[in-house]
Amino acid sequence: MPSFQTQPVLIVAAILFALGLTGVLVRRNIIFMLISVEIMLNAAGLAFVAAGARWGQPDGQVMFLFILAMAASEISVALALVMQAYHQHKTLDVEELNALKDGTEPGFG
Amino acid sequence: MTNLIAYIPALPLAGFLLLFFTGRRMSKSMIAFVGAGSVCIAALLTIVIGITFLQSGSSANTQTLWQWMRVGNFSCDISLRLDALSLVFVFIISFVGALIHIYSIAFMRQDEDYARFFASMNLFVFSMLVLVLADNLVLLYLGWEGVGLCSYLLIGFWYKVPANCAAANKAFFITRIGDTAMAIGLFMLFKTLGTLNIADIQQQAATIPNVTTIALLLLMGGMGKSAQVPLQTWLPDAMAGPSPVSALIHAATMVTAGVYLVARMNVLFLLSPAAMNVVAVVGAITLFVAGCSALVQTDIKRILAYSTISQVGYMFLALGCGAWSAAIFHFFTHAFFKALLFLAAGVVIESLHHEHNIFKMGGLKNKMPLLYYTFLAGASALAALPFISAGFYSKDAILWYSWSAGNGNVMLWAVALTGAFITALYSARLVIVVFWGDMKTPIAQQPGKLMTMPLVTLAILSIIAGFVQWPHNLLHVTLFADLVEKVLPATVLKQGIPPELLLQLIAAVVTLGGAYTGYLLYYKSPHIIEQWKTAEPNLNLREFFVKGWRFDELYQTLFVKPFLFITRSNKADVFDKIHQWLVTACSRLNGWLSLSQNGSLRWYIGSMLVGIIFILALQFFL
Repeated sequence: MPSFQTQPVLIVAAILFALGLTGVLVRRNIIFMLISVEIMLNAAGLAFVAAGARWGQPDGQVMFLFILAMAASEISVALALVMQAYHQHKTLDVEELNALKDGTEPGFG
Repeated sequence: MTNLIAYIPALPLAGFLLLFFTGRRMSKSMIAFVGAGSVCIAALLTIVIGITFLQSGSSANTQTLWQWMRVGNFSCDISLRLDALSLVFVFIISFVGALIHIYSIAFMRQDEDYARFFASMNLFVFSMLVLVLADNLVLLYLGWEGVGLCSYLLIGFWYKVPANCAAANKAFFITRIGDTAMAIGLFMLFKTLGTLNIADIQQQAATIPNVTTIALLLLMGGMGKSAQVPLQTWLPDAMAGPSPVSALIHAATMVTAGVYLVARMNVLFLLSPAAMNVVAVVGAITLFVAGCSALVQTDIKRILAYSTISQVGYMFLALGCGAWSAAIFHFFTHAFFKALLFLAAGVVIESLHHEHNIFKMGGLKNKMPLLYYTFLAGASALAALPFISAGFYSKDAILWYSWSAGNGNVMLWAVALTGAFITALYSARLVIVVFWGDMKTPIAQQPGKLMTMPLVTLAILSIIAGFVQWPHNLLHVTLFADLVEKVLPATVLKQGIPPELLLQLIAAVVTLGGAYTGYLLYYKSPHIIEQWKTAEPNLNLREFFVKGWRFDELYQTLFVKPFLFITRSNKADVFDKIHQWLVTACSRLNGWLSLSQNGSLRWYIGSMLVGIIFILALQFFL
């Protein structure tokens, strides 16, 4: 069995996670934000697989399968919402999708 | 017979309810029939019950109607108790009340609120009967507040004149001070004894530790209701009500509720010599203060109002001296002659186009002889002219006991004697100025039969009512004292006092002297008064008396002005600031938190991130 280095894999996972997070924070298009979330999920999955390999346990791969299933269901719901949002507001820019903000002025006067 | 007692108050109550609910649709004669009829039947019933009660010789009859309330170990019944003391009061209330109701049929005939008048009067008679028949202090307090309410309603009967409403409010507020003190007294009594039943209180009174405080608080209630110094200022203003109201409520019955209370609670007062002294001193001060004011008033009803205060002062003096039966006897005679004087004054005022000023009256003697003689009978009873008037027998007893009774002394006697002189003087002044001399205002109308009948009845009673109780040394007739001393303690005499006959002679001479002085000053040589009036200090003194010793101004300065000052300086509501601050803080906080809900998805993610980092950091460092 080739020797397996856990550390470089975790570093890659961390880089992936940071990339995803940055994408979520800086992107304005909601589709790209969802893609960034997927990247973050995959980073987490990678970390699980690496950890499973490190201890020779199947749990890491089981967790990855769970993450895949969760990501699939999440993205289907999210894409449905995105479509609805686009139908109603004709935009995918999150800066403009801010109808839920607190409209009242501060203080009761 | 016992179960008939409840019908005495029930009849006026029924009259009130009938008039209250259907009075608007009734004709005037129907209203009069219901209003006066209910009280007249109650009066007849009282006489029947009274005679049966006296024949049976029992000391008290109690009738429990139903249970009023039961809370914990406190229970209170609607329960009536008839004994000698309440019998005297019930008799006066229903009998004099009936006469005044009959008089009112004619007196109020022109008034559009005929039904309201009789409804209030019936309610008053009911409340007053409950007050004196109650066998526990809670029920008594119900009647006590009921008469206060009716007094308020009837003083302000002609409510379209703002001054009348002000007078009604004043009466209500000032008696409220006394009532509050009385309520506190009742609470303390209940806390100590665990009961408010009058018979139980009398039995257990000796075990009360703070009896003086309780007695003084109850006395305070009595002082408010009975217009004693310093709570007397409402009564002269209460004359804003119709004359029958003044006669019934503010002369014969309600203002003597305080006398009844002190007499009923005599056990408490006997246990506390200090409280007895206070009662006597309050009575003495009141009779003098009010007497001086009565001397200089020009409004006929205000003269009578001040004289009522003064006469009730005599009753308090007698109570304080320990002359219980003498006080109740004076109440008994006073009810007749003062009701008579007020009713007669009502006739005078009506006949002279609502003229109240006695100096614009005069010369009525020949025009209205019947009225003159009845008024004369009342005034001589008020002045206590020896032998021929009821007032003599009761007031002479008070004068004698104010020195000779256990708690009396020379000072009290001297004040009472001065009061007797003043009383005789202003009675003479009243009769002479109103009825003698030249006529100044033409007579509009003569009183009808319905008005003269009560006047004549009361006039006869004002003369003969005193014969039931003679001074010991003149004739041995003590019917009245025998009756009420079944309930009240007998008067104890001191040792080493001057002979009774001497004091009686002095009293008689002083009374006659007072009347003669009045005759001299107001008929024979009126220039003395004119001369007296020219000097500046005399005029100031007169003004001082006219304004009732400036008690109103004193209270204005002591209570009303500081109160107004506080309200004015607190216009911006200092106390509101405290909770206003809370409101401001909440709304500011809301403003800040509201900023975070800005609808920006990235901002939310950022805050989530910060939160996650925070929790992770906690994991690392804790």
